[in-house]
Amino acid sequence: MPDARLFLERRSYRSRRMMDAVRILPLLCTLLWLIVPLMWPNGGEGNGAGESGQTALSTVIWYLFAVWMLAITASFGLWRRVRRSDPDGEEAARTPDF
Amino acid sequence: MVTLNQLIAVCLVYVVGLFLVAFLAERAALRGKGNWLLRSPLVYTLSLSIYCTAWTFYGAVGYAARSGLEYVTIYLGPSLVMIGWWWVLRRLVRIGRAQRVTSVADLVSARYGKSNLLAVMVTAMAVVGVTPYIALQLQSVTLSVSIFATNEAGLGNAPQINDNAAFWVAAGLALFTVLFGTRNLNVNERHHGVVIAVAVEAVVKLVALLAVGAFVVWGVAGGVAETVARIDASPIGTWQTGGGRWTALIVVSAAAFVCLPRMFQVMVVENDDERHLQIASWAFPLYLMAISLFVVPIAVIGLELMPAGANPDLYVLTVPLSQGQNGLAMLAFLGGFSSATSMVIVATLALSTMMSNHIVMPLWLKLSQTGAQQSGDVRGVVIRARRLSILLIITLGYLYYRASGGSGALAAIGLISFGGVAQFLPALLGGIFWRGSTRTGAIAGLSIGFVVWMYTMLLPSFGPDGALPASVFEQGLFGLGILRPQALFGITGLDPTVHAVWWSLSLNSLLFFVVSIFSFPSPLERLQGAQFVNVFDHSSGAARGWVASEGGVEDLMIMSQRILGASEAQAFFSAQATGQGRMDGPPLPTPEFVQALERELAASVGAATANAMIGQIIGGQAISVEDLMAVADESAQILEYSGRLEAKSLELTQTAQELSNANEKLTQLSLQKDDFLSQISHELRTPMTSIRSFSEILRDMEGLSEVEKTRYASIIHSETIRLTRLLDDLLDLSVLESGQGSLNAQRISLHTVIEQAVTTAQASSARKLEVRRRPVDEAIMLFTDGDRLAQVFINLVTNAIKYCDAEQAVLQIAVRQEGGKVIVHFTDNGSGIPDDAHNLVFEKFARLNSDLGSGAGLGLAICREIITRLGGEISYVPLKAGARFEVRLSRLVPSENAQG
Repeated sequence: MPDARLFLERRSYRSRRMMDAVRILPLLCTLLWLIVPLMWPNGGEGNGAGESGQTALSTVIWYLFAVWMLAITASFGLWRRVRRSDPDGEEAARTPDF
Repeated sequence: MVTLNQLIAVCLVYVVGLFLVAFLAERAALRGKGNWLLRSPLVYTLSLSIYCTAWTFYGAVGYAARSGLEYVTIYLGPSLVMIGWWWVLRRLVRIGRAQRVTSVADLVSARYGKSNLLAVMVTAMAVVGVTPYIALQLQSVTLSVSIFATNEAGLGNAPQINDNAAFWVAAGLALFTVLFGTRNLNVNERHHGVVIAVAVEAVVKLVALLAVGAFVVWGVAGGVAETVARIDASPIGTWQTGGGRWTALIVVSAAAFVCLPRMFQVMVVENDDERHLQIASWAFPLYLMAISLFVVPIAVIGLELMPAGANPDLYVLTVPLSQGQNGLAMLAFLGGFSSATSMVIVATLALSTMMSNHIVMPLWLKLSQTGAQQSGDVRGVVIRARRLSILLIITLGYLYYRASGGSGALAAIGLISFGGVAQFLPALLGGIFWRGSTRTGAIAGLSIGFVVWMYTMLLPSFGPDGALPASVFEQGLFGLGILRPQALFGITGLDPTVHAVWWSLSLNSLLFFVVSIFSFPSPLERLQGAQFVNVFDHSSGAARGWVASEGGVEDLMIMSQRILGASEAQAFFSAQATGQGRMDGPPLPTPEFVQALERELAASVGAATANAMIGQIIGGQAISVEDLMAVADESAQILEYSGRLEAKSLELTQTAQELSNANEKLTQLSLQKDDFLSQISHELRTPMTSIRSFSEILRDMEGLSEVEKTRYASIIHSETIRLTRLLDDLLDLSVLESGQGSLNAQRISLHTVIEQAVTTAQASSARKLEVRRRPVDEAIMLFTDGDRLAQVFINLVTNAIKYCDAEQAVLQIAVRQEGGKVIVHFTDNGSGIPDDAHNLVFEKFARLNSDLGSGAGLGLAICREIITRLGGEISYVPLKAGARFEVRLSRLVPSENAQG
């Protein structure tokens, strides 16, 4: 559409950015859950890390569940914002982006 | 101590309660009540929890006791998928609703051109993949029963009890699924009874596991801090998971979450409102987190308290029992029972839909030659097929349990199942994101993935010399080292699970991609692909080119009645008819209508079967030209362009032809004009010469007799009359052409006009002409200018007299009526008019042969002008022998000419 507006009013702009956050959240979680644990030393294959290099299970549990809790909270918060600001984000997604 | 009888009693009460809840929910839904609960996001989220089966309830603790935190990957994967709902699930749910998809097999088959082969493949793979999982549920229930039985009766008759328990549990589950799962045929109508029972069980299992966890943390360990200390001090107290396993398990559990038939059933098919998905995006991860929260503490305390030989899979039961908490143990038992039963019910339901829609119905259609048109209720066939499938699947699970002897850790069996269904992922994701994916690619990918999974994961799980001989493990298939089931291509040292997941999924994806880009999809595939991938652009979907006849509607109606039920089908047809603006009668068989019907049927029997059934009645799907154009974008443009070029060049040729005709005509006209000028000069000159000569004689000659004077004067007079007539003709023509002058319209008989014309013409000519007429035909009354019409007829008869070159000149005057027109033919038996003169006969000054006759060439031009003004046409019709003039007259003179 040639006559579409290039910029949006503040409210629609905000709801667009909320949808951006909805899209980026799973990528962030993937990073924290999938990639970070790969960097922890594990005592499995005698990698020379030794007793001190091992990660205590409780630390891992705290970490994983904290990320889990944060992800749930963020997802919940986004749902609240998206629901309040834009009842039908689908139609808006096709109009201008910024 | 809880006795076995108490346990059975509690179990029965619980099951009766579930039946009651399901029954009440069905009844409330039928009456349209209770939608606030039945269609709520809470129930939707809770129904998703069938992901957490007995594998979670018992297996997770055992898994943690064996491998530490690895168990949590099984819940992180689905959490990621849910949090990322916007990417995949939103699209799946929208497609599922738009296409009225009934199962994961239906989705894949519909995407790839409604291919039944793909549907059968996916169904078979799902049955093979899920059967061990169902066996796992039976195993977990029997294991838990055996705990109580062992306590009571000692180890002696435990196996006997196990078998009985497994059998009765299987039978009870089959009964429940048949009762509540096959009540309605249309899968898109939610199974409210099943869903609400599953939701109740979801609450029970969560509460049970949380209760055991809280008891362990605060009742046994004595608080959070103490628990943490005990965890770190336990044998599993350090992070020991390899990166490969960690990644592979998260990926495979995320894939299975999307692809598992039962998850697809509750997530996509039973979804009522797309907005529920976003609520579930935080609520379901919350559920998963809660259910995995106490797994490690229970495992750690179990490891401490229980003797070394105890099965860690049963710590959830044995830890409370060892502490004398019978009530808690009973609750835990019910939790495990709930997770097992809900999974079996929904999984069986989903698989039975797939089996009946994609295997039984196509077979039935093929075997009964007349197919959908024969009498009898198809609904009965479908529902019977579904019930038989349910029994078959549960029987398979039971047999697998018996065959495998109930051995092996729960977690291992679960992972094998996950690996199997994860093979659907490339075809599924490719189908909804990539328009280039093809049916051939999907078949290739699924096949290789399934074969690799069987060879590296399922068959080795039976152990050396189980399904595969030990030699194959060591030397590979056919002695080929690169085909060792746990070290494909010679890459050794990988964890077997990682190895199997990696090779099966990567070969699957690779083959799917490569075959897709080198194969070409059928038009139907491309249309479906566009609809799936662009589902958010046009959810309604483009109309497909079913071409049905009016008569086909009745057959369609008969078939729909037998699938949808009489009243539903009638309601659907009348709604469609109203939509088309038809107040009574059946709807027109427009492509839109037939497609809507196909969707409606697809919701009951699946896309491929519905397509085949409608195809049987209508006789094949014609993809319309517009569709093909839209599909083949580039070729469409080329076609369109070349079409336009062709039209243009045709136009040019025509114009050139017209120009050349016009030129020819102009040249002839110019010649004619010259001819005429000389003719008119001649015509004027001849009488003028004689007038001058005779007037000179009269003036100069003396002694002329009176008789001579009179004779010369009358010659001068007649020549003057000739001149006057010529000038009159010219004047007449110019008046007619300029549209001035008036017509004297009156009622007159055609017979009179012709009679007058023939008499006049014959009287003024010496040559003999035989005129043949049928007076009966001529008895037609006209409202026209009789004198003008007679003038035309005189002209035509005179022409025949003048120009007919036959020995015995004959003129036939025939009259007939055609529509509102009167047609008069003047046909003579002469040689006719030469071809090159056809165009010119009605032109002014046209004289075909200057040698013959004496006219000025104005006669026919005047005729044409008169007839045109009388509202008719005159034309020359060339015949093989003779000339024919055709006069078409309207009975009424056009009003604008009638008076003036």
